[in-house]
Amino acid sequence: MTVLAFTLIPLIAATLRVATPLLLAALGETLGENAGVLNLGIEGTMMLGAFVGFAAAASSGSLWLGVLGAVLVGAVCGAAVALLTVTFGLNQHVSGLGITLLTSGIALFFYRVLYGSTTGVQARIEPFQQVDPLPGSVLGSIFQQHALTYIAFGLVPLAWWLLARTQFGLRVRAVGENPEAADTAGVNVFRVRYATLMMGGGLMGAAGAFLSLAQLGAFTFGIIAGRGWIAIALVIFGNWRPLKVLVGMLLFGALQALQLRLQAEGITLVPYEVLLALPYVLTILALAFAGRAASAPAAMLRAYRRE
Amino acid sequence: MFSVLRASRGAWLLPLAAVVVTFVITLPLLLIARADPLAALYAFVVEPFTSRLSFTEILVKTTPLLLTGIAVAVAFTAGYYNIGAEGQLLAGAVCAAWLGPLLHDVPSIASIPLMLLGGALAGALWALIPALLKTRINVDEVVTTLLLNSVMIFLVSGLLNGPWRNPVTKMPQSPAIARTAEFPMLLASSRLHLGFIVALMVLAGFWFVTRRTAFGLQMRAAGLSKSSAQFLGVDVSRTLLIAALFSGAIAGLAGVGEVAGVHRRLIEDVAGGYGYTGIIVATLGASSPLGTLLSASFMALIDNGAQEASRSLGVPIYLANIVQATLLVTTLVMLFVQRRLRRLR
Repeated sequence: MTVLAFTLIPLIAATLRVATPLLLAALGETLGENAGVLNLGIEGTMMLGAFVGFAAAASSGSLWLGVLGAVLVGAVCGAAVALLTVTFGLNQHVSGLGITLLTSGIALFFYRVLYGSTTGVQARIEPFQQVDPLPGSVLGSIFQQHALTYIAFGLVPLAWWLLARTQFGLRVRAVGENPEAADTAGVNVFRVRYATLMMGGGLMGAAGAFLSLAQLGAFTFGIIAGRGWIAIALVIFGNWRPLKVLVGMLLFGALQALQLRLQAEGITLVPYEVLLALPYVLTILALAFAGRAASAPAAMLRAYRRE
Repeated sequence: MFSVLRASRGAWLLPLAAVVVTFVITLPLLLIARADPLAALYAFVVEPFTSRLSFTEILVKTTPLLLTGIAVAVAFTAGYYNIGAEGQLLAGAVCAAWLGPLLHDVPSIASIPLMLLGGALAGALWALIPALLKTRINVDEVVTTLLLNSVMIFLVSGLLNGPWRNPVTKMPQSPAIARTAEFPMLLASSRLHLGFIVALMVLAGFWFVTRRTAFGLQMRAAGLSKSSAQFLGVDVSRTLLIAALFSGAIAGLAGVGEVAGVHRRLIEDVAGGYGYTGIIVATLGASSPLGTLLSASFMALIDNGAQEASRSLGVPIYLANIVQATLLVTTLVMLFVQRRLRRLR
């Protein structure tokens, strides 16, 4: 029991914490990809979300206003990706990378202009406090999480329900599989893609805000550190389905939490970097063994034009 | 932007418009950064040409950008979306940093070709995995090349913080490469090194292969339409595989150049985002040889100009990222406009 309380429970708690930003971002990516658009703007959208969240919270004094700002700016980034890939029908890879380069440049530039003091002291704010619904209980620390973590995990069944059980979800999947047929059936392909990309962008922005407002209480230049790319990997790993994305996310989060724990104890089984690289390698292996043809939305990477 | 070089008459208006739009969009940023726009413009556009040193510095910066730009252009020409130039560059750099310190007793005439060959092979090897996945079982190369970038970044970090860490200073730097493995400088009192010549030779090779050989024609056919190319008898899988390997090899050369010509060892940010900027270079240059050269130098000018503006005016250096990315996005939009105009005509 003691072993459980002192090792396993903190590990589970850490897993949920590590998984939160990845989960938000991956759910966002899942939405867009189900409608047939690969959003490579994810990394930059998270970066801008982290920055805007920080700046809005610092200037307004309200952390939740910060989150709102991050969600809104994320939706704008999603709309920008949609403008390039849906309205203009441009190459999804290059457009998405362009948005990532642009938005991360904007975030870094404005951070430096607003907070880059010559004294070198980093701007900080008081981050979110964790909620503690079961104080004193053995399992208490598992539930001692940020409100955003609760929201992120709550969004998983919601995203599943939205995609699998609603009229809107049916349209999204139709657009992702066969936009021509969807159009013939009266679905507005462009509007559906805009909607999913903007909703997804909002989630990516929130993912960034979790890092700056809950995890750090600051904005740093390496704040996203490739988490957007991990999210993309996990969406594929999760076969474009929210519940499976969650499973992959928990596996990955547990691995990372374990690594952090071992590192804190001074134990090194394998070099830190090996575990960091693991989700990428696993995803590539999963792709290699599963192939992608069967499961990826069929219209992915294809622009739709009405003739 | 420089797609003008192969586009029809009057099309020069579009790239010009892209530059003007980028300028208009990014100008307010200078005001936001409380910098005198004229002084900033001077720092960006004029200052680099005022001294020999600052001019050669542009060429130093052009070297890796030209190589990664060609690497991406080779792949894009064949319709293979290699987003992995960053990782392939690092693979080349790792190989150079591994070979370099072993070559103390080898004369330069042998050690430098060995470094180049090793780096090119390492880059090609890193490109092989996604290329095989693409051509054998049709796994999207964008995602795999992108993921392998991160894997390589962790590998570099693991090497530099593990076995290669400097034992005395504890700095994450690999041991210095042998004197004989260093690239010779091209001009006295400048940092311009042999890598620039290598890049120009690769560019000439790129022009020759795409414009003068049957394989180049096959690549372009595959790039235009894989199904039509297949129908015309082109072995598309083989063409993509070869293009991907060459793409990786060329990116690997960029890594060798940075290690053997600039840093003389492996450092953590040796890639400096050149792999991603290479995508901008290839897109702006419309994957044409001359366009790639022009856009690589233009990107280098922006990079160095931002450095100068940051030094003299305190404008955040990230202005370069914004200008380059804005240029990419506006060029993409201009391509759309061009397509529309052509349809109207």
